[in-house]
Amino acid sequence: MNKQQILYAKVAVWLLALLPLARLVYLGFNDNLGANPIEFVEHSTGTWGLVFLLVTLSMTPIRLLTGQVWQIQLRRVLGLFMFFYACLHIVTYVWLDFAFIWGDIIKDVAKHPRILVGFAAFLLTIPLAATSNSYMIKRLKTNWKKLHQVIYLIGILVVLHFLLLVKKDVTEPLYYTAVLALLFGIRLYFKYRTKTPKVQTSVRI
Amino acid sequence: MIIISKSDTNPSSIEPSEITSRETFDNRRAFVKAAGFGLAAGSALLLSGKARAANISGGATEGAGRLIGRANAPATDKGADKAVIKYQTRQKIAGYSKTSYGAGEKLTKYQDVTTYNNYYEFGTDKSDPAIQSTLFKPRPWTISIEGEVKKAKTISIEELMKLAPLEERIYRHRCVEAWSMVIPWIGLPLASLVKWAEPTGNAKYIEFISANDPKTMPGVRSQVLDWPYVEGLRMDEATNPLTLLAVGLYGEVLPNQNGAPVRLVTPWKYGFKGGKAIVKIRFVEKMPLTTWAKAGPSEYGFYANVNPEVDHPRWSQSSEKPIGAGLFGGRIKTKMFNGYGEQVAHMYAGMDLFNNF
Repeated sequence: MNKQQILYAKVAVWLLALLPLARLVYLGFNDNLGANPIEFVEHSTGTWGLVFLLVTLSMTPIRLLTGQVWQIQLRRVLGLFMFFYACLHIVTYVWLDFAFIWGDIIKDVAKHPRILVGFAAFLLTIPLAATSNSYMIKRLKTNWKKLHQVIYLIGILVVLHFLLLVKKDVTEPLYYTAVLALLFGIRLYFKYRTKTPKVQTSVRI
Repeated sequence: MIIISKSDTNPSSIEPSEITSRETFDNRRAFVKAAGFGLAAGSALLLSGKARAANISGGATEGAGRLIGRANAPATDKGADKAVIKYQTRQKIAGYSKTSYGAGEKLTKYQDVTTYNNYYEFGTDKSDPAIQSTLFKPRPWTISIEGEVKKAKTISIEELMKLAPLEERIYRHRCVEAWSMVIPWIGLPLASLVKWAEPTGNAKYIEFISANDPKTMPGVRSQVLDWPYVEGLRMDEATNPLTLLAVGLYGEVLPNQNGAPVRLVTPWKYGFKGGKAIVKIRFVEKMPLTTWAKAGPSEYGFYANVNPEVDHPRWSQSSEKPIGAGLFGGRIKTKMFNGYGEQVAHMYAGMDLFNNF
């Protein structure tokens, strides 16, 4: 893919990634968010954040499986959309759900594993988003990769957050958990496939 | 659209009047309302030969309405499975009296009350019950009264509804998931049934068992809960004047997704205590093992009294989202016993409500 095509791909990602938000706005203005609109927005933004997390995490497995590399260049914008929907999710919780009553929020976060796990996941996304620009990538050098491996932990925390939400029927969160496990599995498979020791090649940027 | 029944034994015997329109066919689960309709229902039965095929279209306010009966051949029952999903017809209840319960409360919209339901027999999504309950037939219906009672017998829903005058009561409804509604139920006090049944000295609890027909309740085909759904009350809770057997809401016959034809309503307890589509009421000596307590013993107890002090292990119970308040409606504080302390707190005097959650 040439530069032009990558640009088109990025524009397409932007347009597609904003559709879930556009839908919420449209439904909101048409009073169509159902009986419990706050829960609807909370679940929708949370689900889309998770979807973008999984899509971001699938760029490398695609490379491993197909040898294609161009999609790696979409990883940053996809990751930032995960952060975007995570922010909307948190804003919905803090503002619409709890109306900025911080005392109740702190109690809720501290006392309930589900909220605690979700909140921890969100906090961990902040340094990733903050260091996603080219300047920080250059500055952090090899540490950048180490830092951004936190995304694996975030993935685990987020599906756990989802699993702890449901009263009984874990079907839906289990689908997402399965996808995450598959993405991890592909990575691990390629990592441990060859027993030949890795040739140490220190790359200096 | 018209469905012509490829009927049973003698197709030539079908009168044009027996040909049912698709709409009527789909709506045939709209049921014969008892009060004031005894005669009409009787003639419908004569016409159709089978009670569940009887259909009165139009509500009580429209008088007797059209009577359409049809032979209910099994072959056409299959057609019903493929029927286009359609909401049930709404039918007024005649002859209930208003009460002062919940006067001044702002009602949750009918639309919200009937489309946001936890009723796992019809699916685990809250929008499922309204969509997936259209094949469910709440008439004819019988309830088996069993166990430690003198009158251990099976009564019809019509007989049940005559045990006491029907009343409208506006109750707050608090779900264990921290949302709430205000619903104008129509029903009769459970106490009147208890009195009628004449429990023996051994009857300490009442167990309520819900329908679990996999043919008409798609949710029970999945083992998400241990079916049938079982709920229970202590005898004093059962006879508390607040405890209602609801047969309607918003002046109408109870919609399928809200627990038709009869469900339990205990407004000071979390909503899951209200068993729906009750088929058995069993008087027992030992505390029943209820469905949610079995599914998650650390999360759902037998008592399940609304209590802002005792959180669900995974979420807070100190506040709740009023359904219908909108996107910016926020939360309201949850009250002890859902605000019904005056009527019920005495039953739990001296009891450790933290451990007996």
